[in-house]
Amino acid sequence: MASHVPLMAPDDGVIDAAKAVVGAGLVEVKTAVGEITLTVTRDALVETLRGLRDTPGLEYQQLMEIAGVDYPDRAERFEVVYHLLSLTKNRRIRVKVSTDEETPVPSVTGLWPVAGWLEREVFDMYGVAFTGNADLRRILTDYGFQGHPQRKDFPLTGYVELRYSEAEKRVVYEPVSLPQDFRTFDFLMPWEGAEYHLPGDEKAVPEAPGAPSPAPAPTPVRAEPKAATKKKAPAKPRKKK
Amino acid sequence: MTARVEIARGERGDVTAGDDAIGNFTINFGPQHPAAHGVLRLIMELDGEIVERVDPHIGLLHRGTEKLIEYKTYAQALPYFDRLDYCSPMCMEHSFVLAVEKLMGLEVPIRAQYIRVLMAELTRISNHMLNLGSHIMDVGAMTPNLWLFEVREDTLQFYERASGARMHANYFRVGGVHQDLPPKLLNDMGDWLDHRLQLFEDAISLVADNRIFKQRNVDIGTVSKEDAIAWGFSGPMIRAAGVPWDIRRSQPYEVYGSMDFDIPVGTKGDCYDRFMVRVEEVRQSARIMRQCLNDMPAGPIGSLDRKVFPPSRGEMKQSMEAMIHHFKLYTEGYHVPAGEVYVATESPKGEFGVYLVADGTNKPYRCKIRPTAFSHLQAMDFMMKGHMLADTTAVLSAIDVVFGECDR
Repeated sequence: MASHVPLMAPDDGVIDAAKAVVGAGLVEVKTAVGEITLTVTRDALVETLRGLRDTPGLEYQQLMEIAGVDYPDRAERFEVVYHLLSLTKNRRIRVKVSTDEETPVPSVTGLWPVAGWLEREVFDMYGVAFTGNADLRRILTDYGFQGHPQRKDFPLTGYVELRYSEAEKRVVYEPVSLPQDFRTFDFLMPWEGAEYHLPGDEKAVPEAPGAPSPAPAPTPVRAEPKAATKKKAPAKPRKKK
Repeated sequence: MTARVEIARGERGDVTAGDDAIGNFTINFGPQHPAAHGVLRLIMELDGEIVERVDPHIGLLHRGTEKLIEYKTYAQALPYFDRLDYCSPMCMEHSFVLAVEKLMGLEVPIRAQYIRVLMAELTRISNHMLNLGSHIMDVGAMTPNLWLFEVREDTLQFYERASGARMHANYFRVGGVHQDLPPKLLNDMGDWLDHRLQLFEDAISLVADNRIFKQRNVDIGTVSKEDAIAWGFSGPMIRAAGVPWDIRRSQPYEVYGSMDFDIPVGTKGDCYDRFMVRVEEVRQSARIMRQCLNDMPAGPIGSLDRKVFPPSRGEMKQSMEAMIHHFKLYTEGYHVPAGEVYVATESPKGEFGVYLVADGTNKPYRCKIRPTAFSHLQAMDFMMKGHMLADTTAVLSAIDVVFGECDR
């Protein structure tokens, strides 16, 4: 780890104490680049954060940040990430829960009033609902905005644009129209991490020694005109994350 | 302005159109208001001139910075940080470069660390000049603001001489800083610290003990220690409430660990304390800058890892390999190993954090920015409760809110 980044007190004994606090709701504990991440179940979230705040020795008094992250490939696509800070012990810790579009996350406004707006932002950007937050309105987007812009499937340009219409003497909303295509370049090295799926690869699955010989290929149907182009199918350039 | 007048009911329940009771006023403060420090809309419920409830509507400057960053390489994402808190651009960059460096495990040469601390403290002075000046003007005094803008102009000129831009510097880079500071600039900074900051002291001397200024600020927007912690305060806001918490001291980064400076702490947690904490911070920043100027060693200003930090222009003209590195770094960029990191630094306004999730490619998967003003502004409601309408501007100025950062 780089030596010039913010230097905190060592996390000795924090993981054991935190495990005792979380109890059965613990999913995973991870330490990477000197930061502890606790993944807990949604039901255990409030008690976990309360324990982290109130247990002597842990004393994470401040909730600094609630961040949402979107992983569309997962069954529960959203992660809600809480960052806590201990003023007395001089440490930070991260607590995560995951959820999907439907399932709400319990609100922590009862523990920290600051969570009100932070949860509103996650709701606005990702559409994650928080049960117990009395004021779950949108916060950063426009009045009457539709959609949740930080989701990975929301386009960078959005769907509507607005301008002042001289004819109608008011601001009008119109579908977004771009005079130039959005330029995005794929700079990933083709020989680092790319997965090529060439036609015929599916037949070359390695088999365990002694396994029966593969079933005979299906009777070839009459060659279709498309078959010629299929062979030239471009390699999939980027590993979809 | 809309008014909601409730019809008063007499003792016997009959409706009288008299003047027994009048309902609360609901007014709009902003979105365009000179004392709103940008675009802020406050829905205020007033009982006469007493504020009952404040509902800040933010997001009018939301530009989708976090979304844009996900589509840019790490080097391209950096200039967006200048545009967050445009009053202290380099301190915004600081959190981001530290986050990337922490994730990559990249070391930064000692001279670059000194330059970063020097420029960060210059930024703090620059930010506080603007905030203190506008705070004074919001509560009614004109002259100090004009003087403080003189000092701020000097800091912007140092910015320009260091980075080429007066505000949006894009000067801190992952692995170091963009260019070395010439000796003449360092000399001029030293002279400036010795002579020019007297103007700041003069300006503050006009208001610090001024009766009107104190009437407008003392006991206004008082926040207790417990409230400051529960509402996620940081920076001058939490220090004014009496909590001696400064990330530069508690979690030292770069060369702050070897710097000698004091942390000013307030006693009452009102607007006057916040003002005076910032005043003292300017003096301490000047102290840190002097130490940087005295102790700064010679050496490289950027990492020598050519896979991350580009070679100098001169080297590029001589060496084919340097040319290739330059080309690769400015097209593809560098890849940051997968992982997540939260790095917070002490920006002039408080804890400015970056939560970076990398997926091993050359673009951030997620970059969540933790703005300072977000939690401070949320506390407007309880800070304003029971105060007069005219105190809104004092409380707002003492928060030191900048909407580029709050709305992102």
